[in-house]
Amino acid sequence: MGDGELVSMSAEEIKEDIVAATQEAAQRAEIPELTADEIEQLFDIMAEPSRAVSVASGQEVIVTDDGCSMSFYSGQDGGGVGIPMSRLQAVLTYERACAADTTSMGHSDYSFKPVKPIINFEMNEYYTTSMMTTAPFLYGAQPNMGLYFQPDGPHPNPADLLPRGKIKEAQEVQEAAAEQLRQDLVFVGKKLNGIGCEGLNFDTAGSAGDADYWAALQAVSDLRQAAPNLPIIMGGSGEFVLGMHAEVTFNDKQLAGMYPHEQAKIAEAAGASIYGVAVGTNTNESLAWNIARTLTFIKEAVAAVDIPVHANVGMGVGGVPMMEAPPIDSVTRASKSLVQIGKADGL
Amino acid sequence: MGGIRTSGDLVAWMQLIKKMKLAEAKKYVARKLGIDLLDLTNEEVMRQLRQDLGIGTTTSVAGSPKGIRAKLKVAELLDVPINSVELFKSQIQ
Repeated sequence: MGDGELVSMSAEEIKEDIVAATQEAAQRAEIPELTADEIEQLFDIMAEPSRAVSVASGQEVIVTDDGCSMSFYSGQDGGGVGIPMSRLQAVLTYERACAADTTSMGHSDYSFKPVKPIINFEMNEYYTTSMMTTAPFLYGAQPNMGLYFQPDGPHPNPADLLPRGKIKEAQEVQEAAAEQLRQDLVFVGKKLNGIGCEGLNFDTAGSAGDADYWAALQAVSDLRQAAPNLPIIMGGSGEFVLGMHAEVTFNDKQLAGMYPHEQAKIAEAAGASIYGVAVGTNTNESLAWNIARTLTFIKEAVAAVDIPVHANVGMGVGGVPMMEAPPIDSVTRASKSLVQIGKADGL
Repeated sequence: MGGIRTSGDLVAWMQLIKKMKLAEAKKYVARKLGIDLLDLTNEEVMRQLRQDLGIGTTTSVAGSPKGIRAKLKVAELLDVPINSVELFKSQIQ
């Protein structure tokens, strides 16, 4: 189940859930449902007797990460195992002992705002580590516009204004916060580019809504001009851009309500190198339901653009159950399905 | 794909720097390495090839290139500009 509970289902129940989920996703995003053949393939993956499953030889994909090495030294709230290691040690362990395709580092808060005042510390550590890594080494954080609102930031909080009916005021504070966020993203990006950054990850863009998403898109566009050789991954925060502002546009396109195939297109237009699709897990539905729904969105997003599309497959996204120790059955079935049926360029 | 254990890092570079889709990136890397597509994840082939090319191995071989020295060779092999390598080259010229 989407909450990690182990359940037994009949073949008919699994197929019913797959069909219901792909119909739900297709209806929401106005995209095609999975074909009968794809539904059958997904059922076969779900019904494989092995606990862990894998793709066929030759269909392996690369895995990018959002601070995976942080899980070596962080705690439960970061999915971490609490081993006393430095960031450098964690990155090298992840690269060499875990054979990671890419590695990354980031501030423990994993948001860009707190990085700005300590950018010189981050630049030094990034530079030192990049001299020792061999695989692509990214710097990642979340735009996280929520930190720019009171009580954490300078701007009045739209969550206080909206319930009082102050729609225009809520839009204005979001626009002001988004502009400040954009400037901070570009500031950090330029600084890191100056010390040979191999890639930047704008992770979980749009978590505070469409204005947050706009700031990330605009920052990608700005950095594409200022640092044309800097690879930038942009990842979404959900299958649907929340319309907290509702009227924000990028390239004359309304951002609120964009589904993954539209998100990937606008990220490609902004200049992103890779787009990461995030689809939330419904904890009340089965694994088959959640994977089928994710698959329907991913397949369309992959086909919609010429840049690589990676599927976010982690705790609570990509069909994986919402829990801190997702069962390996579900993680491997989600991964295999998204690669073999969804044709994802990576995870 | 196995990172520096096989060729995952090389395919990742092509996605990041050249925005290549997976199939295109794999073909490009296989061609540059002079191997079949299936051998991209064949440890038996890639382990020795990586050591021969000096592009870094997952097990530590004393005196063998790793880190920025390996990436210098990766950039040459794949014919792509890696930002850290470009900075490094500018400092030693």
